[in-house]
Amino acid sequence: MPARPRPLSPHLQVYRWPISMALSILHRITGVGLALGLLAFCTWLMAIAGGEQSYDMVMRVIASPPGLLVLLGWTFSFFYHLMSGVRHLFWDSGRGFERAQRVASGWFVVGGSMVLTLCVGWVLWRGAHS
Amino acid sequence: MSLRSPLGRVLGAGSAKDGTAHWWAERVSSVALIPLTLWLLFSLLTLPALDYETVRTWLALPISSFLALLTITVMVYHSFLGTSVVVEDYVHGTGTKVVSLLLLRFLHVLVGGASLFAILRVAFGSQGL
Repeated sequence: MPARPRPLSPHLQVYRWPISMALSILHRITGVGLALGLLAFCTWLMAIAGGEQSYDMVMRVIASPPGLLVLLGWTFSFFYHLMSGVRHLFWDSGRGFERAQRVASGWFVVGGSMVLTLCVGWVLWRGAHS
Repeated sequence: MSLRSPLGRVLGAGSAKDGTAHWWAERVSSVALIPLTLWLLFSLLTLPALDYETVRTWLALPISSFLALLTITVMVYHSFLGTSVVVEDYVHGTGTKVVSLLLLRFLHVLVGGASLFAILRVAFGSQGL
């Protein structure tokens, strides 16, 4: 053992957050969120099979304010993970790694997933109020 | 000159023992999920309403239940691959890691099995509980 601890390499907290790093972390967070969403989706499917009573009960939970908030989160997670995933697949072809390209595709993914989330929210809101 | 055996070079597994299989499976399932999840979302959003009758009638259509079966299968598979990496990255200690991965696998099979069973019940017209 050395007399004093060896110096460590710089860790996460000393870096300024570049967009690529934030988006990489967000990709993982939304992925875990969607895995949890799978539990809700499974519950919804079982509720359909269970009959009208169980379906209405599950839909009441989803239509409650906290339910809608979580649904909004899952919708954003879905679109973000989808678009960011396509970005990763594109990277797998070995292209798009230039600094300007990385930043541009990153902001495109963020903006695109927000717009698509708002679109779904609008379709659902319009459906509920027609 | 490489000290690796010809078989070792062909398998390309290295010390991790399974090479690129996990990474590749994640990519393949992600490509499959692009059309499948978009189909699911689009179908649900274009339904005239989301009440019980409409949703059940839609899910009971052969094309809907078939595609829903495929979607949930690939979703569960992709989710298991992804969350396993998260557990491998953040759970330390061999024992806890192995137990967590085992529980994760069981949970995914449970969720997948329950979902498939629910879709099949609707597809084959089993009524209620």
